[in-house]
Amino acid sequence: MLGNIILTKLFLVYILYINTNMLIYRSDRPGMNIVISNSSQEPIYEQIARQIKNMIMRGELREGDMLPSIRSLAKELQISVITTKRAYQELENDGYIVTVQGKGSFVAAQNKELLREMRLKIVEEKLAEAVDAAKTIELTLEEMQEMLRILYEEV
Amino acid sequence: MAPILEVKGLKKEFKGFALKNISFTLERGYIMGFIGPNGAGKSTTIKLIMNLLKRDGGEIKVFGLDNIKHEKEIKNRIGFVFDENYFYEELTVAEMKRVIAPLYKNWDDGAFNRYLKKFSLPPDKKIKELSKGMKMKFSLAVALSHNAELLIMDEPTSGLDPIIRSELLDILTSVIQDENKGVFFSTHITSDLDKIADYITFINDGRIIFSCPKDDIFEKYALVRGPKEILNTSIRQYFVGIKENRFGFEGLVKDKHQLNKMFKDGIVIDKPSLDDIMLYFTRRVQNV
Repeated sequence: MLGNIILTKLFLVYILYINTNMLIYRSDRPGMNIVISNSSQEPIYEQIARQIKNMIMRGELREGDMLPSIRSLAKELQISVITTKRAYQELENDGYIVTVQGKGSFVAAQNKELLREMRLKIVEEKLAEAVDAAKTIELTLEEMQEMLRILYEEV
Repeated sequence: MAPILEVKGLKKEFKGFALKNISFTLERGYIMGFIGPNGAGKSTTIKLIMNLLKRDGGEIKVFGLDNIKHEKEIKNRIGFVFDENYFYEELTVAEMKRVIAPLYKNWDDGAFNRYLKKFSLPPDKKIKELSKGMKMKFSLAVALSHNAELLIMDEPTSGLDPIIRSELLDILTSVIQDENKGVFFSTHITSDLDKIADYITFINDGRIIFSCPKDDIFEKYALVRGPKEILNTSIRQYFVGIKENRFGFEGLVKDKHQLNKMFKDGIVIDKPSLDDIMLYFTRRVQNV
């Protein structure tokens, strides 16, 4: 009987230990940088949502990762709770995160096809930029392809 | 749950000044900034909430309770910072604490000592020997040391240097982390509010101009600069106020989404500060 109680207690402590560890690891992960500009025309909630989206797209935040609470994020960034709430709302509406009442916000399961699609779009945009730049100095397609081949093999 | 602070149709009349129909609401877990020029009625409103003045009409509820009927209970749960010194000048910091502490049910000596240290307040110094900033820090320490649920502060940041102000903002954001407390503070140093406030209530000449989430304000209003030639009577209507100088104009518009319709180009659009908004609203009568 007594043994049982002790076991249960130990188990609970263990669970607590895992949970706190997860929290610390996941919400304070070193890669989670959010930088906001007060002078930008882009509203602050959009800046936050965009940066978290990018982290999810780049795979720095993975499915099930916990996001900081809206209040702690507001405190750290010295902004209004309403702003961070709205940023999370936006992310939730777009399907990037899910919020569990009383537990917190987590990165949602991402549709792999969709993610690939999004990354393809990024590649396409960057290439279009490169083509633009190339055309201003009249670089030929062949020269560009050669450049791309070298870069591709190098990285 | 009842709002932590609810003011409805509040009225107070003095000779030459009146508060007219003041209404606003603060929910738990948020910070509300109360702004307005000198003499707009900020301190009067706060005194009425604290029942230091008698109201002529309307309703004030704190924690869902009438502020006069339940005055004692309410005040136990409020941390109050007033812009004037209301301590005994001849007492030392430690002596003054011994006078105040027994007045509160939930006085926390540990917390008080932590704040004394944090603010570098010498316990054996007399109140009258403290600088203005130090006195403010002392009353802050008192307000924060009895587990108050609601902080009401009248101009807490005036007289404080930027470093202490930033510390104070940090403390205020910590206070609301548990989603159960509220902060209501008046100020005219609006750059502090630009950062942390969730709601802004703007009072001018005894009337509430608006009381809404801060983000809504910045989403709606815009500061516009451009050449004077493009201003005509129909365009002027969109402005809260316009300042003209020899080389052009600057004005505040109520709805920045209409800007595209109004002007094609030749203007610069900026994000207004709360100062800009306050300025244009209070100068409205003279300008447009």
